[in-house]
Amino acid sequence: MEQFEPVVVAFCCHYCAYTAADMAGSKRLAYPANVNIVRVPCSGKVDAIHLMKAFEKGADGVYVAGCLEGDCHFKNGNTQVARRVAYVKRLLDEIGIGGKRLEMFYMSAGMGERFARIATEMTEKIRDLGPNPVKSALNKKKGKAVA
Amino acid sequence: MITAERKPLEEIIASVKPFQRILLVGCNECVTVCAAGGRKEVGLLASALQMHFMTEGKTIDIKEITLERQCDPEYVEELNVHMDQADAVLSMACGCGVQEIARRYREKPVFPAVNTKFMGASERQGVWAERCQGCGDCLLGLTGGICPIARCSKRLLNGPCGGSTTGKCEISPEVDCVWQLIWDRLKALGMQDRYEDITPAKNWQTGRGGGPRKIIREDLAE
Repeated sequence: MEQFEPVVVAFCCHYCAYTAADMAGSKRLAYPANVNIVRVPCSGKVDAIHLMKAFEKGADGVYVAGCLEGDCHFKNGNTQVARRVAYVKRLLDEIGIGGKRLEMFYMSAGMGERFARIATEMTEKIRDLGPNPVKSALNKKKGKAVA
Repeated sequence: MITAERKPLEEIIASVKPFQRILLVGCNECVTVCAAGGRKEVGLLASALQMHFMTEGKTIDIKEITLERQCDPEYVEELNVHMDQADAVLSMACGCGVQEIARRYREKPVFPAVNTKFMGASERQGVWAERCQGCGDCLLGLTGGICPIARCSKRLLNGPCGGSTTGKCEISPEVDCVWQLIWDRLKALGMQDRYEDITPAKNWQTGRGGGPRKIIREDLAE
């Protein structure tokens, strides 16, 4: 059987995590290609529906990366989204997807190593959890559409 | 506003499970403000249901629509064009909205997706508290604008009971003794003499004690 390659979506704040990803690149730090970055103007811009839709469309894992506590460019977007992430984690548990597939991280723009480490650890964690259970239904649907 | 909370997903899932095409209807009024059944919550619930059924290897059709108001027939009419393509309706409005849909579309099963709670006000972001019980005979003018019917655990009309301690109610240290609040307010207004007035036993017939209520404005009613 082919090894499962997870699809991980990372919502990264422009002012910290996205720049940290850039920093990781500049430092030639490798991180898994499984991580798909979505740049957002502030982590607080990420709504519960964005997280849910990512899973609905087949992401195996999702995380939001915002500024360190107290460092949000827009005052408190990072703490607001952290509460939203906690809410969606509970929702994912309720519907059988599993809240563990969603996480919140904090970092500064200079933390290239932390970005690469989190990307690697999250990918490995999702690999261990296995594919998002909605995927088989999605594949069936796609198969039907092709047929 | 009328406040509500989403029902546990397990209960919602059980109610819509036998159906393939679901019309999920939100409301732009009270339940939007208390973040229970507005457009956003409709989107989240649709996504959650879809994913749940996908994990069971089943896909369902969920049509999302949010009406301006679900308790007025004029707005509920907007569902006409969608009803033919729905096997059941899941409403995120308060009980009034659910019942209006049930009344208008007698042949369609309608299920509530929220538990309607109380008439309340927002204390701060994300916190709503009960403020009115619709007793039908408002006495806020006597009590400094603070309601002992909705906010006293015993609905006392003439001062606190013996359970009032340091301004808190005996049912929980989180609950203010409303009579403490009323006294503080009357004092601030220099209207302490109001506290001495004895309020006679309340006629509960103007509230639910008189059965289901109705308002008829003859100048407006057709």
